Amino acid sequence: MDFYQVLLIIIPSMIAYAAPLIFTALGGVFSERSGVINIGLEGLMVIGAFTGIVFNLTYADVFGIWTPWISVLVAMVAGVLFSLLLAVATITFRADQTVSGVALNLLAVGLTIFLVKKIYDKGQTDFISETFARIDIPLLSDIPFIGPVFFSNSYYIAYIAILVSFIVWYILYKTPFGLRIRAVGEHPMAADTMGVNVFKIRYAGVLISGAFAGVGGAIHATIFANDFSHATINGQGFMAIAAMIFGKWHPVGAMGAALFFGLAQSLSIVGSSLPFFKDIPSVYLLIAPYVLTIIALTGFIGRADAPKASGQPYIKGER
Amino acid sequence: MSKYLSKLTIPLLAVMLGLIAGSIIMLISGYDPIAGYGVMLDGIIGEQYYIGESLRTIITYVLAGLAVAFAFRTGLFNIGVEGQLIVGWLAAVWVGVAFELPKFIHLPLAIVAGALAGALWAFIPGYLKAKFRVHEVIVSIMLNYTALYVTNYLINDILTDKKDRTERIADSASLSSPFLQSLTDYSRLHWGIVIAIICIIIMWFILEKTKMGFELKAVGFNQHASEYAGMSVNKNIILSMVISGVFAGLAGVMEGLGTFGYAAIKGGFTGMGFDGIAVALLGANTAIGVALAAILFGGLKAGALNMPLQIGIPSEIVDIIIALIIFFVAASYFIRWLAQRFNQKGVK
Repeated sequence: MDFYQVLLIIIPSMIAYAAPLIFTALGGVFSERSGVINIGLEGLMVIGAFTGIVFNLTYADVFGIWTPWISVLVAMVAGVLFSLLLAVATITFRADQTVSGVALNLLAVGLTIFLVKKIYDKGQTDFISETFARIDIPLLSDIPFIGPVFFSNSYYIAYIAILVSFIVWYILYKTPFGLRIRAVGEHPMAADTMGVNVFKIRYAGVLISGAFAGVGGAIHATIFANDFSHATINGQGFMAIAAMIFGKWHPVGAMGAALFFGLAQSLSIVGSSLPFFKDIPSVYLLIAPYVLTIIALTGFIGRADAPKASGQPYIKGER
Repeated sequence: MSKYLSKLTIPLLAVMLGLIAGSIIMLISGYDPIAGYGVMLDGIIGEQYYIGESLRTIITYVLAGLAVAFAFRTGLFNIGVEGQLIVGWLAAVWVGVAFELPKFIHLPLAIVAGALAGALWAFIPGYLKAKFRVHEVIVSIMLNYTALYVTNYLINDILTDKKDRTERIADSASLSSPFLQSLTDYSRLHWGIVIAIICIIIMWFILEKTKMGFELKAVGFNQHASEYAGMSVNKNIILSMVISGVFAGLAGVMEGLGTFGYAAIKGGFTGMGFDGIAVALLGANTAIGVALAAILFGGLKAGALNMPLQIGIPSEIVDIIIALIIFFVAASYFIRWLAQRFNQKGVK
């Protein structure tokens, strides 16, 4: 097996594993840029995964091959609704953001498994029949050498994820709405003085993060797990947080970090069948994203600083 | 009035609201909440065996709760209790399996090993916070997963030959107690109950009666004032995390040497470290509060196991209730706002 063939296996798998992380990390960027720490991304992904799988199982007969796409959209709505809890608690009732996020995670797992047991009478759902198809992108996959590596044998949704990260960059850095989000996350009082409604913008930030994390969770469950149980998400949300930090709270940076973590994840799974990689104990690949994030935070690879006001509730009229 | 309000009313109201929300969820999903709570209560104290198992759960919750609470008092959020618990568990079992010693050396050695492992794992976020101002929450979340995968690797590749759990620890390192078991109809209740009680007293003593505790709390209240008063903020941050890690490691010891007697590969987290956050919050980060909250949550958790068997309600209902209680405690502004509205109406 030569190097090129190894690339043919690893790169499409990396792009696929990165897709849920990209979406969720972008959600995290929205929330934290508006000044709300979202530890609850994990729980929001769980809700997305649950909704996606249950919808898929229920309506596969109706929607056929479009089922996974529609179930991702439904999961997005579920994510928004669930993130409303976090928004109300942290923004309106000034609850500690980290604690609320932890509560959201516990609630998500408890609620979804409760419902699974209620609906299916067992600890996990059945396997879905309609999943995303692996595709070669027309035209691009015909490019010699690069095409088969980067544009073949993966999922449309993964390429959409990469595209979306650029759209998010445009929204955050080139539109008035993006400017407001960033302003509210850095200095809410100044933004308020200039007539920006801090509460509205923060609600928007958290709800958008719920939408993205819901999508991320549904994609992960649809592509990799094919069912839903307590272990379906298992840390993907926290890895998305890591990607967001590693990408320095920048949408494109987060996307890059998510791709890198996707590589680590895919290597820890397919690596055992590849030359060279099979000699590395998979534990190093498993912990790589987390250890690298810690190193990034300590500033050895350029310091990563959070938005200034993230973590603090905004109380109008307080100095 | 406002002092009482925050000290007792909010936790009690939060618990009440949580239980009410739980019964609403049970009603909506077509279960009988009164029967549900009845079966749960039966599962907590209905039989000697249940009492033993409830106490056993409470032991671990006390220690996990103390760990979170201790760090909170210095203004630190140790979300890494889960990871520290896992490494403490493995370290204690490792010592328990690897040596053959008389009990009066072996058991303390295994316990200390677990406590030290937890302390070391907590030292990392403490040190990085003190030295580089890195947020301890993110670092300890990352370390939770690192702990999970590293301990799985150690169990699978180093301690055993590709098995999914270690051998049983030697009897000389075990906390299990035939006496306590016979008292409780052969539950898994173990001597860790003594350690948990001692730790509650130690936490209270350190925080309320020593200069060290005063400094730790002072840093939690106001870092700048403490610095100005000549205290070393950095030293206290690290110290607080390390002591917190000792409690967390001991929580793991309870599982390793007491409940199970071995360490197994885990597909995911035990959840006990995260429940420790709930315990600490509800207990308002005081030693006695943690003890009471641990009794409540540990009891709920143990009692919930009775629900699917007896009445068909999934035990996850308790996870939902606990999560909602944290929400209510965290958003205490909401409860205070409600109470204020209530009072104003009463005055009018």
